[in-house]
Amino acid sequence: MAKIVAVSSVGGHWVQLLRLQPLFVQHETMYVSTRPEFASTVEENRFDTIPDFNRSNMHNIFLAIMKLYKIIRREKPDFVITTGAAPGLLALIIANALGAKTIWLDSVANVEKLSMSGRIASRFCSRVYTQWPDLAKGKIIYAGNVLS
Amino acid sequence: MIFVTTGTQEPFDRLVNLVKQIIPIYNGEIIIQARTQIEFHEENVKVFDFLKPEDFNRYFNSATLLISHAGMGGIISALYRGKPMVVFPRRLSLKEHRNDHQMATAKKMKENGYVYVAMEDNDFVETIKNLLAKDTVPVLHSVGAYASEELLSSLSTFIGKVK
Repeated sequence: MAKIVAVSSVGGHWVQLLRLQPLFVQHETMYVSTRPEFASTVEENRFDTIPDFNRSNMHNIFLAIMKLYKIIRREKPDFVITTGAAPGLLALIIANALGAKTIWLDSVANVEKLSMSGRIASRFCSRVYTQWPDLAKGKIIYAGNVLS
Repeated sequence: MIFVTTGTQEPFDRLVNLVKQIIPIYNGEIIIQARTQIEFHEENVKVFDFLKPEDFNRYFNSATLLISHAGMGGIISALYRGKPMVVFPRRLSLKEHRNDHQMATAKKMKENGYVYVAMEDNDFVETIKNLLAKDTVPVLHSVGAYASEELLSSLSTFIGKVK
């Protein structure tokens, strides 16, 4: 059994993350998202929140860095996995620095090209998945998607 | 009841204004989740800035028709719960999103026949009119509760191998 921290922003990213639950239940999984109300969607598990930010609204990024650093240092996960968006990328950067394996699952919304966060993630992540076969290239793997 | 959802980030007033055009042709309740200053005085229309997951789910499940921006959260939930949905994408050129991926997502959903898609303003009102003329709106496609077996087993193998 591995220790996993599963991170995503609320909204579509979170819906996609929860569709990986058959994987998460086999391991010790803790969830991290950007609004406390979403704790109710993973009641059986530990859950924490980080401040949200995105490319056009970065003012929370330092608070998010500090909170993620605290969570990942405390949990010492074997893996950190995210479906995005920017806060998920930040989690992987910190996880990578702290020695955890990192997995980026690019959102199924990105049908024509990988998201910018996904492209950044592909430079350092242990695994990067796209959910569309024609976007698989080199390190970027296609192995099904969250829709089936 | 029609439930309209526009996501939690930027406003999407173009869609909210288009929904306004539906009011004369629909006498059921219309619930709108959007960050908007647009006001509605009709008794059968309610607007919410943000809905807690419990409330969101309640409206989502009891709606007879869903209208959504091209966000995957709403689309996946509609496919899983077997609800008919009309998707209307945000556009970068109108500063409705940070990039144009909703246009691409909407096109792909249309190509795959997953949900109803309206790309243009005129097209939207027409699509809704046609669907409301039916007794029940057919669901185009549905999915199961979880990701594909292929994706789960790829992740599982990777995690198992390293651990």
